[in-house]
Amino acid sequence: MDQLFNIAFLSGLMGATMRMATPIIYATLGEILTERAGVLNLGIEGTMLMGAMTGFLVTFSSGSLWLGVLAAAGVGMLLGFLMAFLAVHLGLSQHVSGLGITLFATGLAMFVYRLHFGSPTVPPIIHPFNQISLPLLSRIPLIGPGLFTQYSLTYFAWLLIPALSFLLYKTHLGLKIRTVGENPVVADTVGVNVSLTRTLCLVIGGGLMGVGGAFLTLAHQNMFLIDVIGGRGWVAIAMVIFGNWDPLKGALGALIFGFLDGLQLRLQGMGIAVSFHLFLMIPYLLTIVALISVSRKASIPAALLKPYRREEKGG
Amino acid sequence: MITLRLVKRKPLAPWARILIPVAAVVVTLLLSAIPILLAGGALWKSYFYLFYGALGTRFNLLETFVKGSPLILTGLSVAFAFRAKFWNIGAEGQLLAGALMATFLGVHLGGVPRPLVLPIIITAGFLAGGVWAAIPGILKTKLKVDDVVSTLLLNYVMWHIMGALLFGPLQQPGSSWPRSAAIIDAARYPILLPRSRFHMGIIISFLAVFVIWFINNKTTFGYRSKAVGVNIRAAHFGGINTTSVIVWTALVSGGLAGLAGVGELCAIQYRLIMDISPGYGYTGIVIAMLGNLHPVGVLLSALFFSVIIVGAQTMSRMTGVPTYIAEVIQGTALMVMLIFLLFTEFKIQVLKK
Amino acid sequence: MIENPQPMVRMSSVTKRFLDVTANNQVDFQLYPGEICSLLGENGAGKTTLMNILFGYYTCDEGDIFIKGEKIRLSSPKDAIARGVGMIHQHFALVPTQTVLENIIIGTATRKTFFLDLKRARRKLLELEKRFGLEIDPDTHVWTLSVGEQQKVEILKALYRDVDILIMDEPTAVLAPAETDDLFRTLKILVSEGRSVVFISHKLHEVMDISDRIVVLRGGRVVAERKTRETTARELANLMVGRELADSLDKKKVAPGRSVLEIQHLTVLNDKRLPAVTDLNLVVRQNEILGMAGISGNGQRELSEALFGLRTPIRGGININDTPLRPGDPSSAIKLNMARIPEDRMDTGLLMDLSVEENMILEDHGCGDFQTCGLIKSRNIHHYTDALIRAYNIATAGRDAVTKSLSGGNLQKVMLARELAGNPAVIIAAQPTRGLDVGAMEYIHRRLLQERERGAGILLISEDLDEVFSLSDRIVVIYEGTIMGEAAPHDVSREQIGLWMSGVAQ
Repeated sequence: MDQLFNIAFLSGLMGATMRMATPIIYATLGEILTERAGVLNLGIEGTMLMGAMTGFLVTFSSGSLWLGVLAAAGVGMLLGFLMAFLAVHLGLSQHVSGLGITLFATGLAMFVYRLHFGSPTVPPIIHPFNQISLPLLSRIPLIGPGLFTQYSLTYFAWLLIPALSFLLYKTHLGLKIRTVGENPVVADTVGVNVSLTRTLCLVIGGGLMGVGGAFLTLAHQNMFLIDVIGGRGWVAIAMVIFGNWDPLKGALGALIFGFLDGLQLRLQGMGIAVSFHLFLMIPYLLTIVALISVSRKASIPAALLKPYRREEKGG
Repeated sequence: MITLRLVKRKPLAPWARILIPVAAVVVTLLLSAIPILLAGGALWKSYFYLFYGALGTRFNLLETFVKGSPLILTGLSVAFAFRAKFWNIGAEGQLLAGALMATFLGVHLGGVPRPLVLPIIITAGFLAGGVWAAIPGILKTKLKVDDVVSTLLLNYVMWHIMGALLFGPLQQPGSSWPRSAAIIDAARYPILLPRSRFHMGIIISFLAVFVIWFINNKTTFGYRSKAVGVNIRAAHFGGINTTSVIVWTALVSGGLAGLAGVGELCAIQYRLIMDISPGYGYTGIVIAMLGNLHPVGVLLSALFFSVIIVGAQTMSRMTGVPTYIAEVIQGTALMVMLIFLLFTEFKIQVLKK
Repeated sequence: MIENPQPMVRMSSVTKRFLDVTANNQVDFQLYPGEICSLLGENGAGKTTLMNILFGYYTCDEGDIFIKGEKIRLSSPKDAIARGVGMIHQHFALVPTQTVLENIIIGTATRKTFFLDLKRARRKLLELEKRFGLEIDPDTHVWTLSVGEQQKVEILKALYRDVDILIMDEPTAVLAPAETDDLFRTLKILVSEGRSVVFISHKLHEVMDISDRIVVLRGGRVVAERKTRETTARELANLMVGRELADSLDKKKVAPGRSVLEIQHLTVLNDKRLPAVTDLNLVVRQNEILGMAGISGNGQRELSEALFGLRTPIRGGININDTPLRPGDPSSAIKLNMARIPEDRMDTGLLMDLSVEENMILEDHGCGDFQTCGLIKSRNIHHYTDALIRAYNIATAGRDAVTKSLSGGNLQKVMLARELAGNPAVIIAAQPTRGLDVGAMEYIHRRLLQERERGAGILLISEDLDEVFSLSDRIVVIYEGTIMGEAAPHDVSREQIGLWMSGVAQ
């Protein structure tokens, strides 16, 4: 039991928390952006997988890690655009469009991977990102080494959180996005292009999701496995709700998830017989509780899930 | 400048409505030529082996039914729920609930008279899945919680419950893997045709198609469920207890998915493992949409998917096209079907200014 | 004021159709600088549609629009706003969860402004507020504001965009008298600077109070144009409501029996949690049609929803044959043999995507004739439906035809057939002939009279005065949730009813 309060343990746990949370932070931020604009993107899991695969493939072929990240973002943006085409321009059911994209993207990712690599006995690997220790900060006692020795993609994610907050709350674009998600009629009335705004959010959100997926194959691990995403996309959907559609709070939820994930790995390693599955259930149960209380509040973007078509009813 | 706009059109004739899914399948297969060619597969050879691998030999054909059985059940599960506009994305979790219940009973019902074992397991598995779906059903009607997200989240909760149990009380003694002990002999679904895996569960799934069709069209419950799905306000106006309808619909829907889980356990795996379902619950959603929520449509779509899944294995062996083409085709089929369905209600109006 | 100035707005031969309804028919409309012009008319007259066209929210099928002398093609509100046209709809276009400031500046970004310069915006807003006397704290969230304050936000939103043509749709519908005075003061300030205001309303005395000129619309056409000081309320009421001859119906003299419907001290809230029906008392007797006249939006919807079991009143009770109705429970109304014809037949009363037969049995599918132990007895249902289709002469391909393929009149016949099948004790008919052609109207009138003879008590809620006059044994008028007056049709003039409908108590 004393082991738990060992500084090295805590430090390692903090570092792991950040690491495990990173892909979820990317995915959550991306989903918050699209849901704030009024679109539920259930294609997130498939998009992350395509991002993971594409990043890995491009890095493997080109030798450049950042090129892989860029490619992952690009693929994510394309899938986001496909979602926009189906759910915004055609106005198809957002639920089904998103699930269709997850199905399609999952299949495509596996298909292309197989095509390129076949089925070798030893999975191909790449040289992943190295963790970077931030100069002064990593010397801070207790939290320094763990918290400030991370991958650059993680530091990036940290910067994205306040950036998205700033975008949403302090810019005209953010106001447009929020209005489109709350009341597209109002937005249309003042001349905001609802379709374009939603499409933009889906594309950028998709890009973020792609990067989140690539983190798992280019930094966290160095290979691509079929279950590399492992449901993190769905966790992100839950974290958006848990965080009340706010970037900061959503990231907090991702951190909790990362914490629990990191903790259970360490507890396993120490032979503590607490079922890690029960641990991992906690964020989902918390989110359900959050859902119940949210449904009574007005935090949910009011126009979420409704396709917008002008002139549907008569005068 | 030319702008395109979607406007409502007059409803299509019945013959056209049946043609739509068929056309969607044809277009999908045509579009699938792209990934096949990219994979370097010879086109006609690929198509041939795709269908031969699923239908060409006795064993293959029976395998297609084996693989189709859980898809029929999850497809029915989702279609039944969607018909009442209960957006059940949780068929996967409900399937696991059924499998879990079947495992527990299948391992411990040793002392029970043999003819009772399977009926007990099947009923209990149905109820387990049903309850798991009824929870979000109640959350939706009483607390206005969104059914999409709640059913989705419960998938993961059930997954972890299963994991906790498989690393705990249900774990096979002496093993370090998350797997259960094998179920007793009496709990296995009998194989009905020699030299194949064609089992009782397949008959159950076909029966389920009939039962659901019957409920939908011949019972007052089916009528009420349909009314609620079409216009919940008018159904309420007409005196229908919409809460009761949604919760019962959820129960039946979850039960069907639970049956799929029971089938996978008692006919295929004979013990519970984490990977007992390769996403049948999610595929069920696609199948339900493709089948236009009609039981017979679901049956045909499930078999179509099964053909693709089984055939892709053979096609892959013979032409080198990766087996994952199956998922690509499935995803494409859904999107094509969605777009076609859209054009049954809307048409494109070209405005020139 | 300059005589014969150039109009700020000229709409010429504007026509707008929605499927088979012509909402605006060859309408000519002008608006002059510095004036408040009212568009007067009943619901469905086409006022809002016309202004929505001017605002660019709808596009007209025929006709031209000139703003400040220039012929314009408006494809979206953005174009209209750019030309100085602003519109404040009946249902405010505000985002409740955002602040006043955010609501006002949405969409005002220019190429240079990526970042929200809240300081500058706030300064500009506070200046405007002071100039026009519309004091509101820019940082409060809109959902905390009263309705009157929200309207001020809407006005500020328009002023912030330098609008010089302001359209207001039924602005006083949700205001208290003091707030209405406030509004009128503000409008006078606006026009004193040369702007123009279009004031859409059905409230006669307010229209007479505030406008310089009045344009009356009826059935999609302009029927009259008057300078306010040259007309009277009576004349306007007449023009609004029309003077078509009622078709002669065979209305037999029947003595009314005992009461079948009693409404006592009924108070019902609307969706905004404000009282829409206040302490209403009403009695309907056997063999009697009680006609409730009134312009839509004065509580009829909430009253009928309370009667139908769709809305729970906060006070008061409803009795049918001396048995209380369970509030908020539609099945209670059905069990007590109340026939209900909702005004929103397609959304509330019918399952449009299902067949005629499936609609016919909506309320009765549980009865012994149609099912045993949950199993449907198809043949009985087929016979039942066929018989009703014949009896009501419903024009349809058959009982399996999809209900949305039926015309408006036949849809209403399906509704009637279903509701009247059980020889109901009470019939509530809300706007039963709205949107229907003359033939369908006649049919429904005859049916209602037949039911009256049979012994039913009928509450007819209608905006159509001709209908009310020709069918009712007694007439009441509802205005802002209370009864303004009661009379027998032969004892009262249409003008009097029209005045009561417009809130003028005499």
